[in-house]
Amino acid sequence: MAENKRILVCAGTGCASSGAHKIIDVLQEEIVRQGIQDSVSVVPTGCHGFCEQGPTLIIEPQQTLYTQVKSEDIPEIVAQDLMEGKLVERLLYIDPLTQKPATTFANSNFFAKQVRFVLKNCGFIDPEKIQDYVDNDGYKGLANALKMSPDEVVEEVKKAGLRGRGGAGFPTGLKWGFCRNSPGNKKYVICNADEGDPGAFMDRGVLEGDPHSVIEGMLIGAYAIGADEGYVYCRAEYPLAIKHMEIAIAQAEEAGYLGDNIMNSGFNFRLRIRAGAGAFVCGEETALMASIEGRRGMPNVRPPFPAQSGLWGKPTNINNVETWSSVPHILKNGADWYTQYGTEKSKGTKIFALTGKINNTGLVEVPMGTTLRDILFDIGGGIQNGKAFKAVQIGGPSGGCLPDSMLDLQVDYDTLTKAGAMVGSGGLVVMDETTCMVDIARFFLDFSQKESCGKCTPCREGNKRMWDILDRITKGEGKLEDLDTLENLALVIKETSLCGLGQNSPNPVLATLKYFRDEFEAHILDHKCPAHVCTALLTYSIDEEKCKGCGLCAKNCPVGCITGEKKEPHKIDASACIKCGSCLEKCKFDAVIRL
Amino acid sequence: MELLTLTIDGREVCVPKGTTVLEACRMNNIPIPTLCHAPELTAAGACRLCIVQIEGMRNLPPSCVTQVTPGMKVETQNPKVLNARKTILELLVANHPLDCMTCQKLGNCSLAEYAYEYGVTGKKYQGEKRHLPIDDANPYILRDLNKCILCGKCIATCEAVTERNVIGFAYRGFSAKVSTFMDTDLKDSSCVYCNRCVAICPVGALMDKNMIGKGRAWELSTEEVTCTFCDSGCKFDINSKNGKVVGVTAKSAANGRPLCLKGRIGSDFRYNSDRTELPFINQEGEFVQVTWGEFLGLGDIVEKINSLTK
Repeated sequence: MAENKRILVCAGTGCASSGAHKIIDVLQEEIVRQGIQDSVSVVPTGCHGFCEQGPTLIIEPQQTLYTQVKSEDIPEIVAQDLMEGKLVERLLYIDPLTQKPATTFANSNFFAKQVRFVLKNCGFIDPEKIQDYVDNDGYKGLANALKMSPDEVVEEVKKAGLRGRGGAGFPTGLKWGFCRNSPGNKKYVICNADEGDPGAFMDRGVLEGDPHSVIEGMLIGAYAIGADEGYVYCRAEYPLAIKHMEIAIAQAEEAGYLGDNIMNSGFNFRLRIRAGAGAFVCGEETALMASIEGRRGMPNVRPPFPAQSGLWGKPTNINNVETWSSVPHILKNGADWYTQYGTEKSKGTKIFALTGKINNTGLVEVPMGTTLRDILFDIGGGIQNGKAFKAVQIGGPSGGCLPDSMLDLQVDYDTLTKAGAMVGSGGLVVMDETTCMVDIARFFLDFSQKESCGKCTPCREGNKRMWDILDRITKGEGKLEDLDTLENLALVIKETSLCGLGQNSPNPVLATLKYFRDEFEAHILDHKCPAHVCTALLTYSIDEEKCKGCGLCAKNCPVGCITGEKKEPHKIDASACIKCGSCLEKCKFDAVIRL
Repeated sequence: MELLTLTIDGREVCVPKGTTVLEACRMNNIPIPTLCHAPELTAAGACRLCIVQIEGMRNLPPSCVTQVTPGMKVETQNPKVLNARKTILELLVANHPLDCMTCQKLGNCSLAEYAYEYGVTGKKYQGEKRHLPIDDANPYILRDLNKCILCGKCIATCEAVTERNVIGFAYRGFSAKVSTFMDTDLKDSSCVYCNRCVAICPVGALMDKNMIGKGRAWELSTEEVTCTFCDSGCKFDINSKNGKVVGVTAKSAANGRPLCLKGRIGSDFRYNSDRTELPFINQEGEFVQVTWGEFLGLGDIVEKINSLTK
C-alpha cells in the first residue's frame, strides 16, 4: 500500500440510477475506515460509456475496470485491490465473445477498438472541476484559435472536414463561414442539446462528463463567426447535464474563459442555458430558436436560413453537442491530425449509442468508416442471449433498419444515406430474431406522428395515416395494395414536408419495406407474424402429447381460459385467450405452442 | 424595376425581381392551389398544396415561399406534382366531416373546390377522425374545429391586430389544433368577435352565425361598403340575397382596424319592423313625430324645394 490511487466512479445518469452515489459514499467511508484516505481519492466522473455493465469504476493508475459493482462489494475492493494490490476477479468484465476477463479498461474489447477523443475525458475527469479539464489540455484549442484570425479558424475547421454530428452532416466550416459572412454586428451561437432520438444519449454523456469541451468549442466557434453571445438549448429531461453545464459556465466565468476580454484577446462571449419543454421537434433549428425566443417550437420555412436571420432575427450558428465538442481537438491538434481519421467525405470520429438487444449497451466512439459489424460485434459484444441478429435501426426515427446483409457497410454519412438509413445523431438500436419489423416500423412512426408539430399537412396527417395502415397490418387486416399506398404516402411526405422531421419520418417504413418486405407480406397474406410479436395474429394451444397436466398454466392464466383435469392434458379456450403468454412462460414441459 | 426571366411549364415568362414562384404563376394565369396563402400576412408555407417541381432543387418546394431566380425552370402540372397535391388533399379530406350538403361554407370552400378539381372523394384513407366539441357558446362565431385544416390564417390575422392574439396552435401531431388561451370556448377568451378570422377561413371551421341558413354562397351578391356607424370607416362586404341584406363580411387584417359589433350586426336594423321613417321630438316630456324639415329646423324649405322639382 504505497502508491497513490484514483478511483473513478461513473456517476452519469445511467450508473447513478443503479446506485453509483451509494457506492461513492460507501467507498469514502471504507477508505477512511482503513486509514488510506491520504493516498486514495474517489472521483465521481461522467459516463465511461459502459452502461450495460454499470455501475462501473476504474482504478488508476493500473486502470483496473470493475463492472456491475454493488455497495456490498466495496469492502472487498478496498481490502483486496487498494490495500493488497490484488484483483477482485469476480468483478472483472468478461468478454461475451471470448469469455475471457479483461483486467484493465484498455484491454477490454469494448474499449480497445474505440478511438476516443471526444469522449476522452468522459469518465476520467471530475466534470464539476474546471481544473481537471485544464489539466487535460483543456482550453488549449481556444488559446490556439485566439492566436489565429477568425477567418483562419473557419478555414481550419473547413480543412478538417468536420460535419454536423446532429443528423444531416452539413459541413461545419461551411456553416460557420455563412454566418461569419452574414452582415450584422450582433450574432449568436447555439448548442443544440435537445437530444431526442429514442436510443440516443451521446450528447447527454458529453454534457454530463465533459461540459467544458462544449464551452470551449462554442468559444472557438463564436470567435470565428463574430458572435458574443451563446445559448445551450438542453432538454429539461437531462437535469444532470444542465447542472454540470451550469457549474461549468460559472467556473469558466470565474476563470476568465467566459466574459469580457477572454485570455486578453479582446474577445467577449457570454453563455446561457435554456431548458427545453419536451418537444422532439425543437431539435430542428428554426423550431429551437422559436422556443428560445419563448414562442411555440414550430419550424419555419427557409430561407431565410439561421445564418442570415436566426435568433431574434440575427445571424445565428447552431451546432449540436458532439460537433462543438469535436472543435477544440481540431484547433489543438490541427486539421491534418483530424483528417487521418475517417473516410474521404466523412472525417473524424463519431459517437454511437448502442441499445436494444446487444450485450454491451453504452456509448462508443469510433472513426468514421468503421463497419457496422465491428461496432456491433467486436465492440458491442454481439447479440444478447446468443440470439440471431436481425436488424439495426440507425439514426432514430429519421433513420432506417438495416439487415445483416448490410453489416459490412462502412458507417459514414453518404454510405448510410444511400442504403436508406442515416447517421443521424448516432443511435444504434439493435434487434434480434424476436423483433417484428412491421411492429418496429409502427413504433418509430408512432413516435414521429406524435411529435409532429402539426404545422404542415403531409407530416401531421400523412404520418397518422401511415400509422393507421401499419396498425391494420399488425392486426392482420392489411391488404397487399396497402404496401403501395404506404410507399406513395412515404414519398409524398418526404418530398413535401416543411422540416427535417417530416422529410425523414417515413424512412423507417421505407427501409423495412425495402429489406423486410416478406414480413409485411406474411402479416397480410398468411395472417402470421413470423417473429411472434403481433398479438392479434398469434394463437396459443397446448400439445397434448407433452402436457403432463400439472396445472401450472391454468393457475397462472389471468383470464382463466385454460381448463383440464389434474394429470390430464389441458386445453386453451382460444376465444377467451388474451394472448399474454404467461402459460408459455410457466410451462416446464414446452407443451404450450404459439403460432 | 429589375425583371427576371424564368420558364414555367415550358413557357418563358418575365417577372419583377423579388417575386415568389406562386406570384409569378398567378401573374401569368397559371393556376396553383393554395390554402394557407394570404398575401397580406407573413407566408407560412404550411399547407404544402402549392408545391411545384423546380430543376436543381431538392424535393418539391412550396411555390408561395420560393423566390424566383433567373433561368429557373418550374413545372406546375407534371404527374409527380399533381400526385403530391392530390395526396395532400386526400389527407385533409380523410380527417374532415364531409357534411358538405349542410355546411354553410359550400360554394365558398377552398377545400371543396380543390377536392372537386383533383377528384378527391375521401375514400382513400380510412382511419381515425377528430371528434372535437363544436364551440357554439357565443352569439357570433360558430367554431367547428373538426373542419379545420390548420392553415394558420386565423391565427396570423388575429396576431396582426394590436392587443389581440386570442388564438394560437396547441398540442402536437394529430391532436394539434387552433386553441384559445387554456383551450376555452371563444366566449371565455379575450375574443371581441371582429370576425376577421371568419372572413379568412378557407373552410367551414369558422362561420358567421348570423349568416347560417340565410342562403348559399352562390345565391348571395356582395358589395364593398364603408361602415357609417362611426367615423372609423371600416370596410366590409354587404351580402344580399334577392336584394335583401343578409349579413356582412369583415375585411382581413391589412385593411385597418377590426370591424366592431355595431357595423357587423347593425345591418339587422334595416329590416326592423319597429324602425321609423320619421324623427321624433321631445315636447314637454312626450315624443311627438315630426317631419325632417321641422326636426332640422328648416321651416318649410323642404316643401318649397319639393314643389319646385315637380
